[in-house]
Amino acid sequence: MIRFILNDKEIVTGLHPGITLLDFIRYNQHLVGTKIGCREGDCGACTILTGEIKDGNLVYSSATSCLMPLANAHGKHIVTIEGINLDGLNAVQQAFADEGATQCGFCTPGFIVSLTGFCLGEQQPVYADAINAMNGNICRCTGYKSIERAAAVISKKMQERNGHDAIRFAIENNVIPAYFTGIKERLDKIIDSGIDKAAPGNQARFLSGGTDLYVQMHDSIAEEPLVFMFDNPALKGIAQEGNSCILGASVTVSDIAGSGIFKNHFPGLENYIKLVSSTQIRNMATLAGNFANASPIGDMTIFFLALDASLQLNSGNDKRTIKLCDFYKGYKQLDRKAGEFIEKIVFDLPKPDDHFNFEKVCKRTHLDIASVNTAICLRMNGGIIEKAGLSAGGVGPVPLFLSGCSHFLAGKKPSWELVLELVELAQHEISPISDTRGSDAYKRLLLSQLIKAHFIRLFPSLQPEGLVNT
Amino acid sequence: MSIKNIDSFTHTRGESVYLDDIPVVNGTLYACAYGSPFAHGKILALNLDEALSMEGVVRIFTCKDIPGKNQIGGIIPDEPLLAESAVHYIGMPLALVVAVSAELAAAAVKKITLEIDKRHVITDPREAQQHGNLIVPPRTFRLGDSNSAFDNCEHVFEGTADTNGQEHLYIETQGAYALPVENGSIRVISSTQGPTAVQKHTAEVLGIPMHRVEVDTTRLGGGFGGKEDQATSWAALCALACWILKKPVKYSLHRMEDMRMTGKRHPYSSDFRIGLDKDLSIIAYEVNFYQNAGAAADLSPAVLERTLFHSTNSYHILNVTATAYSCRTNLPPNTAFRGFGGPQGMFVIEAAIAKAAESLGVPASAIQHKNLIKSGDEFPYGQLAESEAHACWKKAKSLYDTDKICDEIRQFNSSNRFLKKGLSFMPICFGISFTKILMNQARALVHVYLDGSVNISTGAVEMGQGVNTKMLQVAAQVFSISPQQIKVNSTNTYRIANTSPSAASATADLNGKAVLDACEKIRERLILSAAEILGCLPEAVSLKDGQVLINGSPSSLTWNGLVNASYLKRVNLSEHGHYATPGIHFNSEKEKGHPFAYHVYGTAITVVTVDCIRGTYEFDAVKLVHDFGTSMNPLIDKGQIEGGLVQGIGWMTMEEIIYDNEGKLRSNALSTYKVPDIYSVPKELDIHFLETAKDNLAIFRSKAVGEPPLMYGIGAYFALRNAIKAFNPNSDMAFSAPMTPEKVLMGLYAPKTGNR
Repeated sequence: MIRFILNDKEIVTGLHPGITLLDFIRYNQHLVGTKIGCREGDCGACTILTGEIKDGNLVYSSATSCLMPLANAHGKHIVTIEGINLDGLNAVQQAFADEGATQCGFCTPGFIVSLTGFCLGEQQPVYADAINAMNGNICRCTGYKSIERAAAVISKKMQERNGHDAIRFAIENNVIPAYFTGIKERLDKIIDSGIDKAAPGNQARFLSGGTDLYVQMHDSIAEEPLVFMFDNPALKGIAQEGNSCILGASVTVSDIAGSGIFKNHFPGLENYIKLVSSTQIRNMATLAGNFANASPIGDMTIFFLALDASLQLNSGNDKRTIKLCDFYKGYKQLDRKAGEFIEKIVFDLPKPDDHFNFEKVCKRTHLDIASVNTAICLRMNGGIIEKAGLSAGGVGPVPLFLSGCSHFLAGKKPSWELVLELVELAQHEISPISDTRGSDAYKRLLLSQLIKAHFIRLFPSLQPEGLVNT
Repeated sequence: MSIKNIDSFTHTRGESVYLDDIPVVNGTLYACAYGSPFAHGKILALNLDEALSMEGVVRIFTCKDIPGKNQIGGIIPDEPLLAESAVHYIGMPLALVVAVSAELAAAAVKKITLEIDKRHVITDPREAQQHGNLIVPPRTFRLGDSNSAFDNCEHVFEGTADTNGQEHLYIETQGAYALPVENGSIRVISSTQGPTAVQKHTAEVLGIPMHRVEVDTTRLGGGFGGKEDQATSWAALCALACWILKKPVKYSLHRMEDMRMTGKRHPYSSDFRIGLDKDLSIIAYEVNFYQNAGAAADLSPAVLERTLFHSTNSYHILNVTATAYSCRTNLPPNTAFRGFGGPQGMFVIEAAIAKAAESLGVPASAIQHKNLIKSGDEFPYGQLAESEAHACWKKAKSLYDTDKICDEIRQFNSSNRFLKKGLSFMPICFGISFTKILMNQARALVHVYLDGSVNISTGAVEMGQGVNTKMLQVAAQVFSISPQQIKVNSTNTYRIANTSPSAASATADLNGKAVLDACEKIRERLILSAAEILGCLPEAVSLKDGQVLINGSPSSLTWNGLVNASYLKRVNLSEHGHYATPGIHFNSEKEKGHPFAYHVYGTAITVVTVDCIRGTYEFDAVKLVHDFGTSMNPLIDKGQIEGGLVQGIGWMTMEEIIYDNEGKLRSNALSTYKVPDIYSVPKELDIHFLETAKDNLAIFRSKAVGEPPLMYGIGAYFALRNAIKAFNPNSDMAFSAPMTPEKVLMGLYAPKTGNR
């Protein structure tokens, strides 16, 4: 049985754990404030909040319920728009009404839930984060300016919190109902009861955050035997051992964004993460999911390819380690045996003198799939590149580790001539095709540009020449 | 008096009811349409057996099951509800599966197969035109004699300009819910902008009179034109199944079904020729528009007409020849979309001006400003302008100090290597009225109940534009009572008959004037009644804030008291108001007349920054002056400007519809078709209300605001173009929208091709 708290109500259900939380909310519980816009996590109309206990604290984050298996609600507090309604409008709703931030209203509950999630966040509330909280919500009517104004009102109000408890402050300031105070205690009891676990069999499909699988097969996935990885505690956590970083397979993109280890070793982290999907999706999408989906253009895959990461695979009986770059055998073909799953990801952290950069260009800068993405990691020694990792997505059937380019860079001193040679070399390692993300000619040009962008960003003293008509 | 959107309370609480939120009646069945997987061919076999044998499948309907006419074409009867002998686009409905659940219906659809004798697939409007595949004969608007005028031009430029389509992407997909009603009647709940179109076509499909079809629409989760004509199919299909099975039938489309099976904004390809004198006056303009209509007429002929009406945008040109071809291709029938052909026409004249400006080495704004239309100037279709074009331009230039902005951009561009800024001016001029004269009529039903509360029904459909709020404001103003005492009903064909669709920006004007008519008649009767009760002259009586006044001072009567007392006196407290726009006419043989009640003007200034390494861009600012007349609800009207502008920017930048040569939609989901998100909108958006006291035909002189702002978005294309030219002056880009990051990067780096 799956047990969780839906708004103020405890749910115990024996429905298939692979049905989407969205369908459960709307068609089983008849809470129709959560809307269906796309069923692929790209519009945010179905946004809900999930509250879970992490390190003893009740922490809320947003998710698109269309991509979330019911199983992933187990032991959590699921909050829909109905669950934040007060007798009158809450502060967030009032701000939307006052600023004219709702027109047709269909996307509005999703925005309200997202912005309410911002109000429950632990960090010091700032305006930019209020906007970031809604970056997975699409509105076709307002042009967002009125939504920005509502967010400004709310972030200003939240700044009065001054470090006080977020949930209590939100209750006292008319953001959420009082029942939220009792949630932590109620969750503690549910978590103790545990979930029935399906045994992983060779036939079972491993399902983690759901953000890729539900897009591809939302109508058939609930008929399959599934093994749920997302909340498996053995697959969580980011740790540093010496110079090595070890990540559990179910670490989410948001976990990485919030990790002190990553912040310390990747100064540009915030900018990179902002290019990866949306807040809601980052809260759900796991590293293993991104790797195993084998999209030629997975953002995190490209990120970790440049770091020369390794995967620890577990088949239940055996464990083995494989380099991420060796994991891909062909389009959507993995070096993975039946029943084998990714358990851990290991890589060497960049040293203080090392250089790392991630670039991504797509039709829409945010919440979009890249036309081309690329990452670079340069181990420096006295101004010389000792070891290099260069990866590129969207330019071949698999996410590429550009080994020729990476070897070429080793032992070289960065110069613009070197960059131009590198760009030329990269062209021989790629085989882009024309599709909705761009023509092959564009992708070739774009990768050249993004490789140049790596060096312009990492070595500001370089003197780029010949930018036009190269 | 301005009030907030009356739906904002339920909207923000998730309590507003949309089609898929209506509690379903016991026994409801679920439908799913099978659309053709091929773009063109003769049907050989439609194989339904496997789907029919699935448990839970109740029945599968085809064209053979239609009791009435298999026809839903609005302007031209060229569109069957379900394909009969041939398919003409991918997604064309062939069958409707009805099952006990939506999941089962969708699963059964996957088991249906189609065999066809394939025919040549055309996706390019120019190819269709060459084959003579036109929806209607071409039309030409003429003013002066452009042919001979070119001889007198100092400068003549010609070229090609293309705009792509645009997916409406209303966040609520299409859908309908049909319920059987006793006595041979049916109730259809439809997410439609045109309840009467749904009613009329459903009645025809079922072979019953319109009075047996009740269509009800509470609100839409966005329409933008996409549900003006194209909501009809889904409603008529549900009605067909409901009628035959005598069971409620519901269908709420999956996003990918919606994107695949419904039409979009028309792509256009156009050829232009523009002639100027030495002082930059445009002397002659010729343009040929090739509209990609898709496989059936839908609203294409009307869209085509509006392209011609707006082919010269805000400019006065003495010699114009504009010809438009509505080309039949094997794509889903394209349809209404905010602007309705106007934006496509305006893009071409702006491209022509940009071409002239780039060739002559002058800023486009010099040509634009020189040629702005003045009051009394004649549009190519004969109407004389009452122009605010100069007022808007002048105000924008001074208010926003555009000379300074231009200087700053020059400085920025000379001191930044990898970032370049570009600026554009975009004046707009948009005619308000349905160009089909008969559609410019509306009705409203107003009831005053004996407790003083008021109930309004109109033909207007609320889809986020705030029209119900405006309707309520009209009644509140006439009766001078609190908005809380007034309720606006759903749009229902049993309450209001023969409605025009909520479209053409004219909904508030037409329906508002009908509400005004009804309310004024009731008020007149109430005033007479009050005079009798109070023993004074009617002229002395007025209504103010829920009080009855005599000579401006409160009497013993309140609004509620007056209503109740009048009811006891058997005064008629209900009224059915009617409005037909006066003074509009058009002769489509001469292509001359006075088709618009008025025009809306404005000027937008767009500043963009292009990252010249990556080909990406950000909008620094859009600053605009817009001709509102006298806005009756600035909060709502500002929202329309902001939303329309951003939708226009989306059309011009990231929104890219991609069909392959087989007519298959490749940009078929939100993952491959991108609309603006919260980060991609202009960082700064300044809107100045040009308030004019001049009389006009708008409701309370508050000019229509739905469509015009979309066309400010065209400025985004030209600002980007200017930024690219600042980096690579030799760049020879085609005039082709949208300006995706791909086109930007290719424009920044591609060598000169000399093609165009």
